[in-house]
Amino acid sequence: MCNILIVEDSPTMRQLISFAVKRIRGASAIEANDGVDALKKLLSNKIDLILSDINMPVMDGIKLISLVRGNPAYKDIPIIVITTEGAEEDRRRAFAVGANAFIPKPIQTQELIKLANKLLEKSAGSSL
Amino acid sequence: MEKENSNFKKADEFLQMFKRGEEFTKALLKDNEKLRYNIVQLEEQLQRAGNEERIKLFEERIAQLEQELSSYHERFREVEAENRDFALKYLEVEEENNNLANLYVASYQLHSTLDFSEVLRVVLEIVINLIGAREFTIFLIDEKTDNLLPVAAEGLETSSVPRVRIGQGTIGTVAREGESFFSENITEAKEVNLNEPIVCIPLKIKDHIIGVISIYTLLTQKAGFTNIDYELFNLLAGHAATAIYSSRLYTQSERKLTTLQSFLDLLKEKTVR
Ligand SMILES: [Mg+2]
Repeated sequence: MCNILIVEDSPTMRQLISFAVKRIRGASAIEANDGVDALKKLLSNKIDLILSDINMPVMDGIKLISLVRGNPAYKDIPIIVITTEGAEEDRRRAFAVGANAFIPKPIQTQELIKLANKLLEKSAGSSL
Repeated sequence: MEKENSNFKKADEFLQMFKRGEEFTKALLKDNEKLRYNIVQLEEQLQRAGNEERIKLFEERIAQLEQELSSYHERFREVEAENRDFALKYLEVEEENNNLANLYVASYQLHSTLDFSEVLRVVLEIVINLIGAREFTIFLIDEKTDNLLPVAAEGLETSSVPRVRIGQGTIGTVAREGESFFSENITEAKEVNLNEPIVCIPLKIKDHIIGVISIYTLLTQKAGFTNIDYELFNLLAGHAATAIYSSRLYTQSERKLTTLQSFLDLLKEKTVR
């Protein structure tokens, strides 16, 4: 069993990613509208993986990632950023603050599932 | 002398007898040898017969095993083919699942609000995230002027998009005829040409056309349209139209209600005085 936190301001994207996440064996999706909402969800749930958008109101993905990496309780949670095409600068900034991987929009469900599984396995292996 | 003679005779007889005996022995030995030879030959024959019998048995067993092996090969090939079929089926089911999820999300989101600007935002999100368009405009028909007015755009300023007369150019024709337009080389368009969209989808409520979605460029990773894209275009044509139409009516009626309410309040105030 694992919990995957989806951080996305667009309800359409959030629902779509949530559908994909629910197809990962044993995974549950927890949704957040923005970075602040995500931090609240991190406090009240044990999160195994974060899927985050970059551009969001209130608190964007970059700020969220740097806060997560700066907190000893969350610093090892794998993070996948969801970026639009051509957003190389967003990607670069996300990796600079500690993102592990990125996935471009429009999301290919199989690609997302494969990547999430890979990171989940890796973090399960390293925490043993 | 006579005695001597008889002795010679006896010796001669003995010699004769001895000679015969020798000959007889020789003959016996020869026969013996012949018989031995026969025995050896018979033994060889017997052994050969046994070997042949065994070889025959071995050959039969080999043939049987070969047959079994080829039937196992056959079965293996069958199972392999079945596996390939299952793998293909699995991929198809997976794709179908994704497609259904996309369609479900699109229609769910379109009908999740009655706020006009929210509905427009959902349409933009579907076209960006589910179809993979980079630059596009949503036009709605202004019934008073018979013009298509840009109401939302992605990748370009809505205000920079000129209005289009119904019947004029590709966009205007789609608005008049109600048939979707797909350009021959959808992936070749790299820059916005407002007069040459690559895709135009009419927004229709039954036969009543209320607007057009006009796409100019696609995201680079989008290699072309698949079945699901056409399904989404169909869904947008119908569901986006009803969602836009009903939210606009709702927003208008809300506005009217507020106006009426303030009139009523004003009247009440006057009558009280
Ligand atoms: Mg966003």
